[in-house]
Amino acid sequence: MSAIAQRFQKLKRYNEVALIGYVTAGDPDPVYTPKIAEALIKGGVDILELGLPFSDPIADGPTIQAASVRALNAGTKPKTVLQLAREIRSNYNVPLVVMTYYNPVFRMGLDNFFQLAKECLVDGVIIPDLPLEEAADYKKAARDFGIDTIFLVAPSTSDARIQKIVAATSGFLYVVSHFGVTGTKSTVEKSTLRLIKRISPFTAGRVPLAVGFGISQPEHVKRVVAAGADAVVVGSAFVSIIEKQQQNFKEMLSEIEETAKILKDATQSKAL
Amino acid sequence: MKKLCRYPLNGKYGKYGGRFVPEVLMEAITELEESYKVAKQDTRFKSDLAYYLREYVGRPTPLYFAENLTKVAGGAKIYLKREDLAHGGAHKINNTIGQALLAKRMGKTRVIAETGAGQHGVATAMACAALGLKAEVYMGAEDTERQKLNVFRMKLLNAQVHPVETGSKTLKDAINEAFRDWVTNIETTYYLIGSVVGPHPYPMMVRDFQSVIGKELKKQFREKEGRLPDALVACVGGGSNAMGTFYPFEDDADVKLFGVEAAGQGIQTGKHAASLGEGAEGVFHGMLTYVLQDNEGQIQSTHSISAGLDYPGVGPEHSFLKTLNRANYVSATDKEAAEAFLVLSQAEGILPALESAHAIAYAMKLAKTMQKDQAVVVTLSGRGDKDVHTMADYLGVKI
Repeated sequence: MSAIAQRFQKLKRYNEVALIGYVTAGDPDPVYTPKIAEALIKGGVDILELGLPFSDPIADGPTIQAASVRALNAGTKPKTVLQLAREIRSNYNVPLVVMTYYNPVFRMGLDNFFQLAKECLVDGVIIPDLPLEEAADYKKAARDFGIDTIFLVAPSTSDARIQKIVAATSGFLYVVSHFGVTGTKSTVEKSTLRLIKRISPFTAGRVPLAVGFGISQPEHVKRVVAAGADAVVVGSAFVSIIEKQQQNFKEMLSEIEETAKILKDATQSKAL
Repeated sequence: MKKLCRYPLNGKYGKYGGRFVPEVLMEAITELEESYKVAKQDTRFKSDLAYYLREYVGRPTPLYFAENLTKVAGGAKIYLKREDLAHGGAHKINNTIGQALLAKRMGKTRVIAETGAGQHGVATAMACAALGLKAEVYMGAEDTERQKLNVFRMKLLNAQVHPVETGSKTLKDAINEAFRDWVTNIETTYYLIGSVVGPHPYPMMVRDFQSVIGKELKKQFREKEGRLPDALVACVGGGSNAMGTFYPFEDDADVKLFGVEAAGQGIQTGKHAASLGEGAEGVFHGMLTYVLQDNEGQIQSTHSISAGLDYPGVGPEHSFLKTLNRANYVSATDKEAAEAFLVLSQAEGILPALESAHAIAYAMKLAKTMQKDQAVVVTLSGRGDKDVHTMADYLGVKI
């Protein structure tokens, strides 16, 4: 059983929902990333998601686009990110997933990428521009190295496709909450809650269901948890803190930890 | 191996092409593919398209024997396929009218597009105005600056222009923004891609709409010379005019195909846009193809005097033709293109688009190496009015 699966099993025993925290590795500079990860973990993040920056992130909104630019300008390379993952993962027993676009992985070569990812203790990979139909070689390479492949479903995904994607995903299923790119929103749409209810029967007993895109407030977390999500992914909310506090690292860390703590508390609403 | 004209097979040209897009788009792209498949066989759609190409676009465009240019080059006969005479001044309208008819058929009310030089944006705005659709065009902020005339033309045509301030602020960033808009507004919006790029079925669909160029050319050349041409030359950015020119000749092995990329300030300077010549296989904008990228797979910014060739990727079918050695991909520098612009203007009284001037530059070199009884056809993809400011800068003239 993978570390991600074990983590969900453990949370389930306490009737808890997982908080997955995303930051772009190397933002604003690779030297900061381990401390930022530590702040997220101290705040209560159950799974850490590290973005491996790409020059043309078409699924991301302005906040993560800007983070990618900062990280790339600071010289962050795919290997830098994987080495950061190893440093973080060897210090904390928190599953770590890498999120990136397909080209950096393709360029490195699938086997090379997954071999290095394995050596760097990466537990899972998310690639938003690699749909199931193009993913056969990717899935095989990941399986060879025992790394989870986390696929995404969207509001437009038909029930027939959901079934296929659930069969292919491992670790968890990433449900994109609404039509659009990543970024904070003021509310959770009713359509998101309906979407969770539509997808849950396909994931129940098979794989945890995580909801991301636009989740930034404790209220959002409570609503998707109530609708039946097993995990929430929060990204842009953390990345905006990094952006805002670039010049004040201490403040940045405490704010990240505090935000993570508030969001984690909201995930525990299910237990009440 | 199957005849080349049978490709794509399952959305792929050999290993190139495919559909590398976020899950949000998958159902919409499948719906688009189905709608196109049905429309292509539909008598009404075919007659509507033929009607607009004839009555609105002004087709067929002439195949002109450039006698003076032939003398200047001193070798094979040079013919020009005059896409500059199509409505709007470029080949782009062949595709936009086809896709706009499809968008309407699919019940979409809002059309988005990206544009580099502005030619595709203008052609989208025209087709949408003619068919009663709302057009919004993404254009890199750097391109809105160097192609002000086209920005204003789009506005006059009632299209909304969104300058894109991210990344290199050129065509690739405009495509990124168009994708982000599309994932957000997928239910109402049709994404009208302007070249043979993007996820399947776009490279196939745009090629099919543009292949009217090659089909007409084949017939016209036969009427004039009673045979097939010896070589075809077209410029390649994304590669739509070249693909439209080449496609009806892909299985005519005696016809040599030449795609001319932008060598910018010179290949050795690194400031160019020669994706096929200098790039490596990669996945970008929904397709597996040749891409200009660094060793880590980050997409590189490109340079060309012509905004329309300033793109780090290329249509996947070109990558396929390159790998098979069916087409030759060469390049022309900014300087060669600007010189060719002047030569054609002065020899034939035709101002070519700077994009097309790359093809003219190479065709003259090629013709020189061939016999006088041979013939080269160059696709003159657009007219050069939009480039007079760039030419004035190049010549150091203030206008």
